[in-house]
Amino acid sequence: MPDVIPADSVGIVTPQVASFDTPLALSCGQTLASYQLVYETYGTLNKHASNAILICHALSGDHHAAGYHAMTDKKPGWWDSAIGPGKAIDTNQYFVISLNNLGGCCGSTGPTTINPETGQRWEASFPIVTVEDWVESQARLADLLGIQTFAAIVGGSLGGMQVLEWSIRFPTRLKAAVIIASAPKLSTQNIAFNEVARQSIRRDPDFFDGQYLDHDSVPTNGLGLARMLGHITYLSDDAMGAKFGRQMRHDAYQYNYGIEFEVESYLRYQGEAFTKRFDANTYMLMTKALDYFDPAARTDDDLSAALSKAQCEFLLVSFTTDWRFAPERSEEIVDALVKAGKQVSYAKIEATEGHDAFLFPIPRYMTVLNTFLTRISKQHILEKNHAL
Amino acid sequence: MRSDLEIIDEWVKPNIRVLDLACGPGELLHHLIQNKQVNGYGLEIGHDDLNTCLEKGIPVLEQNIDEGLQNFDDQSFDLVLMTHALQQFRRPDLLIDEMLRIGKECIITFPNFGHWRSRLHLALKGRMPVSDFLPYNWYDTPNIHFFTFQDFERLCREKDIKVLRWAAVDGQLKDHWWIRSMPNLFSETAIFHISR
Repeated sequence: MPDVIPADSVGIVTPQVASFDTPLALSCGQTLASYQLVYETYGTLNKHASNAILICHALSGDHHAAGYHAMTDKKPGWWDSAIGPGKAIDTNQYFVISLNNLGGCCGSTGPTTINPETGQRWEASFPIVTVEDWVESQARLADLLGIQTFAAIVGGSLGGMQVLEWSIRFPTRLKAAVIIASAPKLSTQNIAFNEVARQSIRRDPDFFDGQYLDHDSVPTNGLGLARMLGHITYLSDDAMGAKFGRQMRHDAYQYNYGIEFEVESYLRYQGEAFTKRFDANTYMLMTKALDYFDPAARTDDDLSAALSKAQCEFLLVSFTTDWRFAPERSEEIVDALVKAGKQVSYAKIEATEGHDAFLFPIPRYMTVLNTFLTRISKQHILEKNHAL
Repeated sequence: MRSDLEIIDEWVKPNIRVLDLACGPGELLHHLIQNKQVNGYGLEIGHDDLNTCLEKGIPVLEQNIDEGLQNFDDQSFDLVLMTHALQQFRRPDLLIDEMLRIGKECIITFPNFGHWRSRLHLALKGRMPVSDFLPYNWYDTPNIHFFTFQDFERLCREKDIKVLRWAAVDGQLKDHWWIRSMPNLFSETAIFHISR
């Protein structure tokens, strides 16, 4: 809990809800007749609505990216280190929007909300949504908020995939795309990790084919295991080694299956904590969205052709120890953009944190982000003034 | 702008695709993007230089040239540039091959170690030259290859590389007649425009 709100914090924020009655046709063939999106905003939208930044969240993220909901909050939003007055994504310059994606479990329509047609919770019947569906719904939210063109859309990991899709699907609606620790599609290994995560949830007897809430149950073992596995892949070998090494719980080996090494305790804690804040159906759905994303599939596996429609400027960022979304994966996007003749810059940040690095305020990373966005802001506002 | 960059600027056609290897703070690329409307990219690994490029809006990619340029397709650029950097890479000969694979044409500039002051320094003092132009000691210099105007010409001949044109400059002075007549002795910077 903060005793005082730090000067570079966006302060106390209140989530808002946007309701949509225009049916949304999903990639899977089903249609959502109506839906709600919960979102937060930080900073002030300028007169010409030219200073908006959209934040796209990753697998386990939500709309609460910055600030605090109450003075009793233990922690600020998930990307508070980057969003705020004077921070890399400077809310003195920008109006920042962060939403919970469809299928989420933090307020937006998803498995834990009520299906208006049945009056029951959606649970396992909630359709599988894709990155494309999210981007479509995000564009509708932008319409509602009166934002025709974003100064920038920013996202890490699965969030970066949404940014990439934005640049192709709505080329005129963003000036800049910031894609961090992401990939143009998942590798086979990544899909394999996701499948293990899903199977550990599905095989939990408390899962009840996804209808666990009806049974007053939660597949905590399965979801916890999925998170433990995920967590290992988000960290680097070095980062885990530095944090725990072979630190022991006891002075001597116990020769049993209790906790011997501190890393075991850490993983169990991470797994368990996650089950208290996250829904298993949402987790499965989000991993499917990751698996399905492959914009180059629409253009004969030619990513450069897929990106030929893009008009915005791009910034790609990767982290040296990230092996879940390795620098080479970001470089695939960079190379395709260069081939297509698009405006792109790329920074490979030295970091020890693995994939998780994108959530840390690593000084050079923050400088790169801020330098890029500051120039975009100047350029975009100049153009807008010129046009008027 | 540095005098070698001014000459390059005169040589570059508008609206082409340009790759600037080791672009530094992007001075030349910025100029070419603004005035020749080129579709340009810089490669750089210096953090401050990268940041300067980001600040100016010059497309810049963090890539270590010594680790290879395989990610660029054959003949995918009209022009590949390298100013004052060839002497810093492990295998300049292989790098030139790569540059000519990626680009239809290349412009390369480098400090001419055959300049009379370098020769005099080595001949009289018996020590490696340190000057305003090459302000490093032998042990901390990023310049790991020293070669002359003539050395480069010879390499081009051996590799069957066409020299489309060349220029030689001395500090602030552009292509003067005495530099042009004896470039190996009088040029501080050699500029070569080459192709296959």
